Amino acid sequence: MPALVLNEEQQMLKDAAQRFFRENAPVAQLRALRDNRDETGFSAELWRNMAEMGFAGTLIPEAFGGSGFGHVGMGQLSEEAGRNLSASPLFSSSILSAVTLLLAGSGEQKQATLPAIASGKLVVALAIDEKPRHHPWSINTTAQNLDAGFVINGHKSFVVDGHVADRLIVAARTNIGSQDSDGISLFLIDPATQGVKVERTIMADSRNAATVRLDHVRVGEEALLGQLNEAHAVLESVLDMGNAQLAAELLGLSLEAFERTVRFLQERKQFGVVIGSFQGLQHRAAHMFSELELLKSVVLKALVALDEEAVDASALVSLAKAKACEVAELVTNEMIQMHGGIGMTDEFDAGLFIKRARVVQQLLGDYRYHADRFARLHGF
Amino acid sequence: MTDLDAFRLETRAWLEANCPPGMRAPVRGEQDQCWGGRNFQFSSDDQRIWLERMAARGWTAPDWPCEYGGGGLSQAEHKVLREEMSRIQARPPLSSFGVWMIGPAILKFGSEPLKRQHLPPIVRGEIRWCQGYSEPGAGSDLAGLQTRAEDRGDHFIVNGQKVWTSYADQADWMFCLVRTDPDARKQLGISLVLFDMTTPGVSTRPIKLISGNSPFCETFLDDVCVEKDQVVGEINQGWTIAKYLLTHEREMIGGMGRTGAGQRTLPEFAVEAIGLDNGRLADGMLRAEVARWALDAKAFELTAERVRDEAKTGQGVGHASAMVKYYGTELNKRRQELMLALRGSDALVWEGAASHEGALPRMWLRSKANSIEGGTSEIQLNVIARNILALQ
Repeated sequence: MPALVLNEEQQMLKDAAQRFFRENAPVAQLRALRDNRDETGFSAELWRNMAEMGFAGTLIPEAFGGSGFGHVGMGQLSEEAGRNLSASPLFSSSILSAVTLLLAGSGEQKQATLPAIASGKLVVALAIDEKPRHHPWSINTTAQNLDAGFVINGHKSFVVDGHVADRLIVAARTNIGSQDSDGISLFLIDPATQGVKVERTIMADSRNAATVRLDHVRVGEEALLGQLNEAHAVLESVLDMGNAQLAAELLGLSLEAFERTVRFLQERKQFGVVIGSFQGLQHRAAHMFSELELLKSVVLKALVALDEEAVDASALVSLAKAKACEVAELVTNEMIQMHGGIGMTDEFDAGLFIKRARVVQQLLGDYRYHADRFARLHGF
Repeated sequence: MTDLDAFRLETRAWLEANCPPGMRAPVRGEQDQCWGGRNFQFSSDDQRIWLERMAARGWTAPDWPCEYGGGGLSQAEHKVLREEMSRIQARPPLSSFGVWMIGPAILKFGSEPLKRQHLPPIVRGEIRWCQGYSEPGAGSDLAGLQTRAEDRGDHFIVNGQKVWTSYADQADWMFCLVRTDPDARKQLGISLVLFDMTTPGVSTRPIKLISGNSPFCETFLDDVCVEKDQVVGEINQGWTIAKYLLTHEREMIGGMGRTGAGQRTLPEFAVEAIGLDNGRLADGMLRAEVARWALDAKAFELTAERVRDEAKTGQGVGHASAMVKYYGTELNKRRQELMLALRGSDALVWEGAASHEGALPRMWLRSKANSIEGGTSEIQLNVIARNILALQ
């Protein structure tokens, strides 16, 4: 196993990402998108710039127009985007959908999508969840095999960037009557197809997700992505890769929320002294520091394990996501409490941090989901 | 094959041939630990042979220079040795404050004659050391210590009292913080001195703890003569060394949160105690608590790994020892509480062979000291807040 430190290339990418997101997509940008009720929920110009920087193709191999920088590399982008609450289709398209296509797509499907994803011109969204709490195998959407094609019926929710997606990847039950993770297949669908209804849902974090209704949607056999009935293994990997990036995003978000809070403790005066001189606050800040040190380690370890294709990668990803959810919840709650009244005002950014944190926590499974999965993977 | 691979193969073969069968089992308690020293009674021939063989290779202090009896191993080789020992569940051949604490301090700050005098006997497990730090009036405020050392030309005369001296009644030598300049600011008048526990004027009294055991003593120093060549580093510069040693101690105590080689993990312990129902621990509330602990324990272990890797490349925040001490000890206390809960009333049996004379509840009570000794959790949080977060 490589050491738990960034190599030179990864450190350079992190430095570049740090500058880029701070200058081009600060928290103020998210606030403006929200206040202007932007139709897409992200800046098209920012996304073009991110693609030019090569960010959109970080997980895509060079053969398909990407940079093949791997999970540790992409993790640095997620972390820095998390610090600035930067809104973009990076997660939906360049992470979740790109790795699904990489793992399941035929040569033709990959050629048709991956270079366009890497250049930022094609946005693809992954539609799995059907229930409010993440449960990837609780799938009632069906795809019936009919006349050299499929008819898809069902309903998907919390589809990140679904309303701006040029293509949707939909998980559906193809072996009708199968249970749990068996008998599921993936389909690559144009949302313009008759019977597909995509509706934007504005979430608490001012970003967006969509509900997707599929009503007798007819697709040809070429829409099938990967083996019929065998999507389970692909989805497990995709969800691991996605969750590792969400953990990295939560790490960046939590570090920023924490650092802003510590600065406030150093400056805010009450009773004639800075409130950071009070031990009651010092100890809580020092505890958060310790938790953040643990979070840094588990996030990096999960990303390294994915790059190395380690056998315990799934357990390490659930460890990272569970810990990230726990720490982000702690730090964003303390951010508001320690700022006092000002933390409750919309004008101040604490609200934007806590709202984004909760959405990312729920996305693809919260602390409880991943603690349970970690325990199962460890035989208890 | 790389040199490291070759080293691994040699080490594996040597351990296979030399580690006695009785030493390939988890340490169950104090009685399985070998502390060495003049008065030590080996619990078995295997224990004695294992110490002798490992000491002969310098592998009781694997990363110390060979010239002082150490193993002379690189960090990477030392890691291989640890891995290979844990592979066959080999017990540590020696538990030693000499190896863990005063040895590294002598190596770093001591004069050449001090190194030659003290290091080889530590490696061989011949001299057992104890630490004279805390005093009745100097606990968290350690620099306020009052034990006086009066300059009498070629020697000091030491008077005072130490407390919480681990195993002072069984130790052969003490490393001791004393005040050599009563007029200087409190951190600036302290020296670290070494003396034999049989020196006239040294007496000890064990302190009985809530566990029923007496791992700590009070130590009384009445006109104890200490030669000047037994000062580590410069006179009045002892506080620097004390802080260095505290850092070591914090990392060591913090490390107690980690599951040792061959030790059962808490989830394994839980499955044995509670059983599984459909692949899940049969008690849902306990399962959630064990899972939370296991997540934190793994995260803590990975953090120790990251801190080591960062130190190697010269990165890192420094001051990691305060965080490691704070988190590791709290983690160990949580583990002990969970073990108690998992075993229910069985875990509260205090006497009798079936309970190994209450080994579990005594260990649980012992763990309460983890977040006090070597600087309390609250002191560690103060250090983090002040030195890292600049809150004051």
